[in-house]
Amino acid sequence: MFARLATKRFLEIRQIFRQPSQPSRSFSTALNYHIDSPDNSPDTPWEFSVANKERVKEILSHYPSNYKQSAVIPLLDLAQQQHGGWLPVSAMNAKYPLQKNSSSRVAKVVKVAPIRVYEVATFYSMFNRTKVGKYHLLVCGTTPCMIRGSRDIEEALLKHLGVKRNEVTKDGLFSVGEMECMGCCVNAPMITVADYSKGSEGYTYNYYEDITPKRVVEIVEMLRRGEAPPVGTQNPKRIRSGPEGGNTTLLSEPKPPPCRDLDAC
Amino acid sequence: MGFGLLALRASRTSSAINRSCFSTSPTLLISRIFASQSPNPSNRHSRGIVSTPELLQNAEATAEAPQPQEIHPPRTPLAGARVHFPNPEDAIEVFVDGFPVTIPKGMTVLQACEVAGVDIPRFCYHSRLSIAGNCRMCLVEVEKSPKPVASCAMPALPGMKIKTDTPVAKKAREGVMEFLLMNHPLDCPICDQGGECDLQDQSMAFGSDRGRFTDVKRSVVDKNLGPLVKTVMTRCIQCTRCVRFATEVAGVQDLGMLGRGSGEEIGTYVEKLMTSELSGNVIDICPVGALTSKPFAFKARNWELKATETIDVTDAVGSNIRIDSRGPEVMRIIPRLNEDINEEWISDKTRFCYDGLKRQRLNDPMIRGPDGRFKSVSWRDALAIVAEVARQVQPEEIVGVAGRLSDAESMMALKDFLNRMGSNNVWFEGNGVRPNADLRSGYLLNSSISGLEKADVFLLVGTQPRIEAPMVNARIHKTVRATHAKVGYIGPPTDFNYNYENLGTGPQTLLEIAEGRHPFCSALRNAKNLAIIVGAGLFERKDKDAILSVVDSIAKLGNVVRPDWNGLNFLLLHAAQAASLDLGLVPESDNSIESAKFLYLMGADDVELEKLPSDAFVVYQGHHGDRSVYRANVILPASAFSEKEGTYENTEGCSQQTLPAVPTVGDARDDWKIIRALSEVAGVCLPYDNLAGIHSRISVVAPNLLRVDDREPTLIHTDLKPDCQQKMSTEPFCSAVDNFYMTDSITRASKIMAQCSASLLLKK
Repeated sequence: MFARLATKRFLEIRQIFRQPSQPSRSFSTALNYHIDSPDNSPDTPWEFSVANKERVKEILSHYPSNYKQSAVIPLLDLAQQQHGGWLPVSAMNAKYPLQKNSSSRVAKVVKVAPIRVYEVATFYSMFNRTKVGKYHLLVCGTTPCMIRGSRDIEEALLKHLGVKRNEVTKDGLFSVGEMECMGCCVNAPMITVADYSKGSEGYTYNYYEDITPKRVVEIVEMLRRGEAPPVGTQNPKRIRSGPEGGNTTLLSEPKPPPCRDLDAC
Repeated sequence: MGFGLLALRASRTSSAINRSCFSTSPTLLISRIFASQSPNPSNRHSRGIVSTPELLQNAEATAEAPQPQEIHPPRTPLAGARVHFPNPEDAIEVFVDGFPVTIPKGMTVLQACEVAGVDIPRFCYHSRLSIAGNCRMCLVEVEKSPKPVASCAMPALPGMKIKTDTPVAKKAREGVMEFLLMNHPLDCPICDQGGECDLQDQSMAFGSDRGRFTDVKRSVVDKNLGPLVKTVMTRCIQCTRCVRFATEVAGVQDLGMLGRGSGEEIGTYVEKLMTSELSGNVIDICPVGALTSKPFAFKARNWELKATETIDVTDAVGSNIRIDSRGPEVMRIIPRLNEDINEEWISDKTRFCYDGLKRQRLNDPMIRGPDGRFKSVSWRDALAIVAEVARQVQPEEIVGVAGRLSDAESMMALKDFLNRMGSNNVWFEGNGVRPNADLRSGYLLNSSISGLEKADVFLLVGTQPRIEAPMVNARIHKTVRATHAKVGYIGPPTDFNYNYENLGTGPQTLLEIAEGRHPFCSALRNAKNLAIIVGAGLFERKDKDAILSVVDSIAKLGNVVRPDWNGLNFLLLHAAQAASLDLGLVPESDNSIESAKFLYLMGADDVELEKLPSDAFVVYQGHHGDRSVYRANVILPASAFSEKEGTYENTEGCSQQTLPAVPTVGDARDDWKIIRALSEVAGVCLPYDNLAGIHSRISVVAPNLLRVDDREPTLIHTDLKPDCQQKMSTEPFCSAVDNFYMTDSITRASKIMAQCSASLLLKK
């Protein structure tokens, strides 16, 4: 009896001392404050491209002219697409625009104080505020994927690429981040590969589902070689979200929906 | 923390779990069991974190058996909470803890509780800021509401039955408090907010003596907000009061809430100092120790300070302040509530100038010897020398100048003394030549500071209120924010923290407006309450009469001076300026200083002494070794505003009194006493020996100065002004204050103000 209690208490004490395996899981790619770096500082000139300026006008036309600030999220997204998948501070509010008197920065376009744009950009984890690789690999970390082994997948990725989370590989090709549920729970675990290298017109955002630590490394290697791995489920025995090895239920023709016997009325 | 403690905690937790209850101490547990059986709900209350099932049961019990209606004695509203019914039909009745209160429609539940005399704990709610509703500390129970209600954000509805002291409300607040304390560091012993911390106080009422959080507390990087505000961001509870203050009151959108969830933090994102002249107020509104005063850091605990309620003299607004002192030292200055003048804010200059009171002080009477060096002497010797020189010169060669910080009593004494010596050349240093001291409406802020809120169009002529009088600017900002009032500005390019229209830089624009040629004229004509604010910097211009007559014609154009609204305002620059004009400190001759042989400077540091003849004898009476001391022959040490009782009249004509917070430095004396003593030595003894005597003298000259804390409104007489023959020059207006942080001898001696000028002014 005493021994049991003692063991229990010991375990509890150990539990208190044990550090959590991941002390803090930050979901965003950057800190909540800006640190100047050569490729990311307010002094860097930045401007929407000519094609995107048209899109800026189009986006702004969706909102009443006195609520321009509503356009801040689509505009930040556009800026991120244009800038290779990440959002430099100068896109939000550059000190010097490329051309004089041009007001093509998000804070200026929507006519709010820069801090109001920073607040939005830091709130949403899909705005990457530090440089990402050409292929930004986003591992889903939400419960279904986590139960199906997303932590192992992330570990395999990080080990294979030799980087930490949100770090870019030396060749600038890859970076690994975490994303919350992307709606593929039926094919968990999954990763998303974001490729913004073709700009805001041709960016891709591909899902690779049913992956294993081995398969994810293969996908990375294919991407490195410039091949396009097949998107969707990576389990050859599954068709899209169907069960492995073909359907096992609902094999017969579906019954028509029950209907009132109209004649009896 | 040792093993034993941890083990204890673990065992307690385990035992608590075993009994499906998180209560921690056996006695409490017993009382809980007892309480659940007892029908009386009053002793059901117990500290610690209570579990839900029990509470639900109790709630059901109370619902089943309604309590007999308790009769509460009427309670006094909290903190002078006043109820004002703009429309009597909008009155609604709500019940707070069974006590009926009548409130106007649109008040929140929290305000209703305040009227009923119930204090609701809060962190994020601040009566002068917009409602955020994010701290959830103000949860109350409202009958028929399934969940506790955040009272600060919930409008009170007719017949609402609000319960502030029920187990549901208490448990909800305990839960909120536990979450707030979860990530709050346990550094109260080294925190400057200790003793005046809302979190500390409220955790006494709603906090548990232990938490259930065993993870690592989060930590946040401190931000650099400049030389005034110290940040310890780990202590922040994300109430966003500072963000709202910066946006809504200070008008600088620098601070924001970055990130989300548990990673949320207050910051500027890109490192940036808070360049606001009101930034010090975030120290007061921060409910925890996240934003504290940098100069006051680790200097004193608030309970060891003696508080003296006095007023500020660094600008003409006369903000109400409280000087906190310890022994002979002023430790800090914080604002005092005065709805008519400064609400509850003060400018950074007011708040942080106090270290100037400790530096460069004059503490002994001194005489400049033949070698040009000052030598300390006794008061007797110093006064004897001054009196002798004063007797030797011709009466018209005697000139007296009162300085920016002089109180009314000493200015009265100086004027009386010089008049008795036969000279009438006594003036105030910032008033320019031939000031208008005849009509009070010609130099006061006639619509009063709080009255500016009624204006819908502002016309600022040669004044930059943001640096000349930040509290007046805060009012204008408040008005512009609330009613989108238009602001037109004539003067050199400057920084405004609200939308404004720069109409021009000089008198030419003024003339265009007066003649109706300017596009802004349509706004002036359509204005219901036009407020023209003329800067006192114009008083020093040679063509000021011409400018003022043009301003008068604009006032006629906009129908500014009416029985119900007097919007022709003059914004003064110095604390003593209004009183000096009330007392008639107007020199007899325009160029008295060129012919002066005996110059008596009473704290006057901004007089142009180059024009003074080299053989003139200069007496400097003041508290700081500032500019004029270099030319002085005799120094008479006086007391500063924190050390004396003196009357000051602010720019709107409200006279207020300073009270001594600390003893004087060295051998210094009050200004009027020195002059009184000198008059006796000079053989023209002034007929008053105490403040009552000097007050009865003032009551003859300017009785309004004695009605303390009372604004004496001006009379309207537009026709009395003589026609002006002067020609207006085309020289543009210049700014009256170059450096907001350094305007007088106290602020020029202050190290903090020097740091501010170095780091904050560059950005502007």
